[in-house]
Amino acid sequence: MGGMGRDNSAALWDGSADAPAGVGDSGSGVGPREAFELIVKRHMKDAYLIALGLVGNREDALELSQEAFFRAYQHYDTLHSKGKFFPWFYQILRNLCFSHLRKRRVRRAGSLDDTQLGCPEPEGRDSFEPDAIAERNEAKDRIWKAMGRLDDKHREVILLRHFRNLSYDEMARVLFCNRGTVTSRLFYARQQLKEILDEERGAPIAPREPGEPTKGGQTS
Amino acid sequence: MTCRNNRDSMMAYLDNELNEEQKRAFEGHLAFCADCTRDLAQFRKLKQMTDSVTFVEPEDRVWEQYWGNVYNRIERGIGWILFSVAAIALLIYGGFEAIESIIVDPTLGVLLKIGLLALLGGGVILFVSVLRERVYFWSRDRYRDVRR
Repeated sequence: MGGMGRDNSAALWDGSADAPAGVGDSGSGVGPREAFELIVKRHMKDAYLIALGLVGNREDALELSQEAFFRAYQHYDTLHSKGKFFPWFYQILRNLCFSHLRKRRVRRAGSLDDTQLGCPEPEGRDSFEPDAIAERNEAKDRIWKAMGRLDDKHREVILLRHFRNLSYDEMARVLFCNRGTVTSRLFYARQQLKEILDEERGAPIAPREPGEPTKGGQTS
Repeated sequence: MTCRNNRDSMMAYLDNELNEEQKRAFEGHLAFCADCTRDLAQFRKLKQMTDSVTFVEPEDRVWEQYWGNVYNRIERGIGWILFSVAAIALLIYGGFEAIESIIVDPTLGVLLKIGLLALLGGGVILFVSVLRERVYFWSRDRYRDVRR
């Protein structure tokens, strides 16, 4: 099964990918529903991949990305610059995903209480299961699971940098912060990721030459 | 441990976000700082590992049905709005009709009319008051996601 999600165009994030012609443009001959359909079809894969990176579960990512488009449709009139759809849409999507993660944590805390009281823990589709990633191996599985243990905002910068290939300036624009905050957040995110991986392996990540076998016998 | 002042430079160096001058300055620091050199190697390894992760491509039918699912939500959203507005309008209309019929009905005694109107009025006031309180507290409740 092939992988996806590493390509990213800067135009998507600075808004220039969203050609305004026909989208919310009454003179274009395209109705608002058809125009929004075009927008959804243009951005659905990016929306899904971002949601997947933030919540770690394919079903939830699909659900949340579709819900984000629905909410974007409801508030489309408030978007002044129709050409900058995606950065605006990203805020809706990330807020939905963060809210979903908060609820998930609350549910999990509740189910832990129930377990302590003797009730069985409910089935949950709520972790960073490795079936979301392509061409799996031990190292990729560990990275993905470790990402699931990061703080939401740290996971977000890792996602934007490593999975969506955003530059620091683009990240600063999307996250409404300055470049220094992006750099600092990335440092702590990577540091946290490194510590989680070290903790799981019981040893720090040692620099390794290409071709040198890992613990699991795989080579880089 | 990475020198505190060089954390940002190290990240930017790793991600190729430094200009030539900044890059040279950081490389100069690396030449004298064993801690940063070691940390950089570890972060570089981590970056390689993270960059190697890609997501599974969903089946084509997921993308074929995607817009349909979004459209269903839009349609249902519009449906709920229409339903709610119409229900409220009809309730208000029905309430006025009921009040009017009570007032003009000659077969009902004055005391009974006053009693029925007071009952209706009290019910409306209670409903509005409880609704307003719920909406007020719900919108300001920071712990609304916490299970009780």
